Amino acid sequence: MAAILVAVASCGQNGDKNAGVLSGNLAERSFVPPGEHDEFYAFISGGFSGQLAVYGLPSGRLFKVIPVYSLDAEKAYGFNEETKPMLETSFGTIPWDDSHHPDLSQTNGEVDGRWCFINANNTPRIARISLSTFETEEIIELPNSAGNHSSSFVTENTEYIVAGTRFSVPIPQRDMPIDDYKGNFKGAISFIKIDPETGRFDLSFQIIMPGFDYDLAHPGRDKSHGWMFFSTYNTEEANSLMEVNASQNDKDYIAAINWKKAEELIAEGKFETMPTEYAHNVWDESTQMSTSTMKKEVRVLDPGKNPGLVYLLPTPKSPHGCDVDPTGEYIIGSGKLSASLTAHSFTKMLDAIENEKFDGDAYGIPIINYDDVVAGVVQQAGLGPLHTEFDGKGNGYTTFFISSEVVKWKVGTWEVLDRQPTYYSVGHLMIPGGNSRKPFGKYLVALNKITKDRYLPTGPELAQSAQLYDISGDKMELILDFPTVGEPHYAAGAPADLIKPNQLRLYQLEENNHPYATKNEKETGVTRQGNEVHIKMTTIRSHFAPDNIEGIKVGDKVYWHVTNLEQDYDVPHGIAMIGANTSELLIMPGQTETFVWEPKKVGVWPFYCTDFCSALHQEMQGYVRVSPKNSNVELKWSLDGE
Amino acid sequence: MKNLTFRIAAVLLCYVMISCSGGQQNTESTESASAAPDSHPKGQASVVDDVSAKNILQVAASSDAHTTLVAAVQAAAIEHVLVNAGPLTVFAPTNAAFDALPPGTVEDLLKPENKSTLATILTRHAAPGSFNLEGLKKEARKGRKIYMATGDYLEVVVDGDVVTVGGATVVATIPTSNGIINVVDKVILP
Repeated sequence: MAAILVAVASCGQNGDKNAGVLSGNLAERSFVPPGEHDEFYAFISGGFSGQLAVYGLPSGRLFKVIPVYSLDAEKAYGFNEETKPMLETSFGTIPWDDSHHPDLSQTNGEVDGRWCFINANNTPRIARISLSTFETEEIIELPNSAGNHSSSFVTENTEYIVAGTRFSVPIPQRDMPIDDYKGNFKGAISFIKIDPETGRFDLSFQIIMPGFDYDLAHPGRDKSHGWMFFSTYNTEEANSLMEVNASQNDKDYIAAINWKKAEELIAEGKFETMPTEYAHNVWDESTQMSTSTMKKEVRVLDPGKNPGLVYLLPTPKSPHGCDVDPTGEYIIGSGKLSASLTAHSFTKMLDAIENEKFDGDAYGIPIINYDDVVAGVVQQAGLGPLHTEFDGKGNGYTTFFISSEVVKWKVGTWEVLDRQPTYYSVGHLMIPGGNSRKPFGKYLVALNKITKDRYLPTGPELAQSAQLYDISGDKMELILDFPTVGEPHYAAGAPADLIKPNQLRLYQLEENNHPYATKNEKETGVTRQGNEVHIKMTTIRSHFAPDNIEGIKVGDKVYWHVTNLEQDYDVPHGIAMIGANTSELLIMPGQTETFVWEPKKVGVWPFYCTDFCSALHQEMQGYVRVSPKNSNVELKWSLDGE
Repeated sequence: MKNLTFRIAAVLLCYVMISCSGGQQNTESTESASAAPDSHPKGQASVVDDVSAKNILQVAASSDAHTTLVAAVQAAAIEHVLVNAGPLTVFAPTNAAFDALPPGTVEDLLKPENKSTLATILTRHAAPGSFNLEGLKKEARKGRKIYMATGDYLEVVVDGDVVTVGGATVVATIPTSNGIINVVDKVILP
């Protein structure tokens, strides 16, 4: 046997790929038979596509791509009148963004299956996605922030979504020399309060931190609930050639923020109110419309002036991931230029604070002695540690970008237990519930940054590569490769049984309060106010009402308000009008959606249903007569001549 | 145990040979996925959905006056047609309508060997499209016949408030999620 193993190893690259055959039938372990459901949902960020993709585990099947910070060529999100306000910001409409870190709502530190949150990195925003409708319901912009990277992380009763700036900037923004960065630029950490019933956002306050880069974050769990931990780099406060200048210090910090203390300070009025500008966009399921409101001020706290609010924990070599174990005792810093992981102890931190075991301060924020807070180091675990998740059985799993592997280690003893290669260069990893108090330690998804030869090639641009490991045994086993959309960063996962029972299957027509909802064919019609025309139209298998319209003129602005009268699960209708610049709609049962059409050419122009709705789908079509601008053709509409 | 070890070793040796041969990427083909259990034997009629409005089959199945029709639909194995996206208009004879057929007719049709005859008879009661009572009257007014799923065209006759299709009188119209049920007092025979 030993000789054979050597032979396998001696084959080089192929050997690693095929090692799994030793442990039996891999296909069986990720196989979900036709008609059966997956055990877990996985919500995988779409990176530079601004979306959030929903997969099943262990099959790796893609179920839905949810547009969040993106225009959607599937159901007109960002194009139809109802959802256009969702993409508003203080800079105007931003059609797509860079979405990085989904996180799930929690109750008592456990994933509760209600909402998924995700950040926009570029123009800083946080979004809330309903796990009942799988639609984006709310987006809030974050002022004073830039490169909203250490976001969006959920405290253990979903009290707050916490979002930290990656780039420090002048606060408030102003015209100043870039070289004056040091001491003048600041980093804003935002605390967004969540309404426990509706999930609605309220930007409660910001903590204005020193001008470091705030990279990643995780909230305290259990005993450390009430604290929030942020990794930092560029504590050098450099502003150019960062790859060199931000790597000078041997240690940067993990910032420990006592947000319960922050709440007290806010209650005591120890904040300043700063004028600013940020958009708050909300989708209303009842009216099926979204609104965008521009907010004008934000409450800010200065940690240098408020002792007890923030402490800095020295952590080697530009830490990236900042992860908290399920007990809340250990805060893991992954120094991305280091070969080791640093585990800080929450208990030691409290003791150091109480006994003032400090090593100076940064802008008035106490720096705790490294030796008085560190609990242990996972030595020489790999190269380029990035992120850690937990299995709930006392083990941590950390990704290593440079050595392209996942390493399993024991919490408390810090010994390395197993390592498995990834293909290639893994970034984040995800274990369902793996950042909560209750991980479901059965599968681990590695989200790789480099794909190369893993799939059939598709020209220079390749799908991203994810890999699924079975972690139920002592050793991790690679059981599946599957491609992902955009460039996934983080992901979140939950048992399907938590989410399935809450699914909305259709919108109740009776509860549709859209201002142009049309609840039966008798209410359909066309009205004109100047050059603005409103069509109230319905769809039901297999016709539009009305389906013949005359009296439209070149230069009109025609609003098509289309209500899908179906009350049957999975019977959407689409509508596409030739020459409409926003193209088409896809309308769920009971829903009303609106597109705008500005006819430019005289003639008789067809429209049709784009979703194969029924046996008579191809017959689901109609005509609009477009007359010259100055014509006297009377406005009229009909279905079957009546 | 020894035998098993030997077999694993043999498989591995083959594996090593294949994977070292170069160029041959698809080494996983030696593995066999387990056979999929027949996890969806019942088709679309078995979909559990208590949220949507009821479909034609669900409405018919909940009607005491249509037990014969539902039994016939099951015997002909066409229940999936009645839950399909449609749209479909079903002219649904009541139990009394079936009882009015010559003695022994229904019993005969329900026999397995007559499954296809029964299916044809039932299909003759279904039309693509949605025709409620207003729709039927419109068909009559416009002189249009109704195209049935068997290819026949049936005439709609309106006499005062009485609407008949293929000689059967419509006694009620019920909208469903995937079409219309028109309850009729007669089995529509060719």
